[in-house]
Amino acid sequence: MILAMDTSTYVLGVAVGDDQTVRAEWTTHEKTNHSLRLMPGIDLVLKSAGLKPKQLSTIAVTTGPGSYTGVRIGVSTAKAMASSLNLPLVEVSTLETLASNGKYREGLVCSFIDARRGQVYAGVYEVKDEALTVYKEERLLLLEDLLQELKNEERSVLFLSLDVDLHRETLTHELGEHAMFGATGDNRTKPSEVLRIASKKEAATNVDAVVPRYLQLAEAEKNIKKESSS
Amino acid sequence: MGNNPTILAIETSCDETAAAVVRGGKEIISNQVASQIAIHEQFGGVVPEVASRHHVQNMTTIVKKTLEEAELTYADLDAIAVTEGPGLVGALLVGVNTAKALAYANDLPLLPVHHIAGHIHAANLVQTIEYPAMALVVSGGHTSLIYMENEGDYEIIGETRDDAVGEAYDKVARTIGLPYPGGPQIDKLAQEGEESIEFPRSWLEEDSYDFSFSGLKSSVLNYVHNRTQRGEDMNKADIAASFQRSVVDVLVERAARAVMSYDTKQLILTGGVAANSAIREAMEVKVKKIGVQLIVPPLSLCTDNAAMIGAAAHVEWKKKNIAALTLNGVPNLSLQKR
Ligand SMILES: [Zn+2]
Repeated sequence: MILAMDTSTYVLGVAVGDDQTVRAEWTTHEKTNHSLRLMPGIDLVLKSAGLKPKQLSTIAVTTGPGSYTGVRIGVSTAKAMASSLNLPLVEVSTLETLASNGKYREGLVCSFIDARRGQVYAGVYEVKDEALTVYKEERLLLLEDLLQELKNEERSVLFLSLDVDLHRETLTHELGEHAMFGATGDNRTKPSEVLRIASKKEAATNVDAVVPRYLQLAEAEKNIKKESSS
Repeated sequence: MGNNPTILAIETSCDETAAAVVRGGKEIISNQVASQIAIHEQFGGVVPEVASRHHVQNMTTIVKKTLEEAELTYADLDAIAVTEGPGLVGALLVGVNTAKALAYANDLPLLPVHHIAGHIHAANLVQTIEYPAMALVVSGGHTSLIYMENEGDYEIIGETRDDAVGEAYDKVARTIGLPYPGGPQIDKLAQEGEESIEFPRSWLEEDSYDFSFSGLKSSVLNYVHNRTQRGEDMNKADIAASFQRSVVDVLVERAARAVMSYDTKQLILTGGVAANSAIREAMEVKVKKIGVQLIVPPLSLCTDNAAMIGAAAHVEWKKKNIAALTLNGVPNLSLQKR
């Protein structure tokens, strides 16, 4: 049994199951503290499936990109469970999880998370036969630059993001009819997708060494780097 | 079990990732700290985001090391304890969520601990605290006088109104060009200097037990600034010695008056700044005169560590104060209404 959790955006999600069945899945989309609600969520999902922590065989967690604090809550919890129960830990990308909501539509899928100041965390994937391959590695970049790259593709792109409404006009303006959008439910990460991806993915070689994907240095570290290079 | 539980404690309120196993609130079975001092040195102080990143990275490694050192498994434990607050919110979250996951996964009760109660109970790891007792907690984040009539009762009778004493040390150290953290540096340099400069002591209202160090800090800064502008030489060792004397005078006066008027059996001097030799010596002399016992935990138990959290957790164990799965890190957690 795989326990999958995701705390990297305002969506909080937990699922338990294996590659055959999702036994229980729970998500909320609330601007409340994940730190308060993740463990009760795990408890709810496990109890719903009639499982005890000791019956789990794998832990899966989204390691970002996303909210630093959010991701740290999930990663801390997942590492502690995996480490103390002696279980493998599978790291799943938040962006890949999100993009896989578009796995039934051939072509390009771009999942992104607004990172403020005109920036986005974005990944671009190509879908073929209901499988995703990385087309452009996940990065932190200006939305403007991302859209220029996608424009050059001259083909349709499915945009999936919780923040899609913030940028819908810009996306349509830049890509015209090549900009495609999903339904409401496709714009959130689903813990059952984390579970599905994890069931096919190799676990981390060292649970204790797992860290979030921040995609950038902390502000203070950037400043130090600037000073030393100037 | 019963009154002698074996508790795995976790502490991540600031820049130390720490875990310990403590039995019966008194016996340290294992005590591990991954210090980030070297990392934050380059920034001249603790950077919360950087601290949080290191906590996530190191936490389970430290826990594992702690249990290995103790030669124990989760099956041997009676509870998990964790610092609930106060501290840096992002740092606290890592410890709290780790502790919740460990407790949940291994079906163990979770005990929430106040960081300052932890500092105080470090004393119990070297001697038995006898009540009523007074504690002076001095660190980079805190300067508090706490009266404890009984075990688990905390009454804050004095607190800093501006900078914590450790903060004042760090700022003065930076002004005279000493590296971070400033406390040990100033302490060392002061030994070579003379207390020849008259810096102010902030006594506040007559019967107050509060502290204020911002006036002293500004006075040192002005002194250095004026000298520098006039191109005059200054003796950094004298500045360090004089600044330190001013701090010590205030701390000793407050602690001594508190111990006498509250009629306590012991004075506990704890927190990172309690390692300071001048403060320790002056306090020893004064307390001997009054006739109460002074407990100063060794340096490794004065700075942030998890053994102290394990010691304080014993009090929560006896009170059966078990945290719910909704436990969260509380950056400004109050000590009194517990
Ligand atoms: Zn402390």
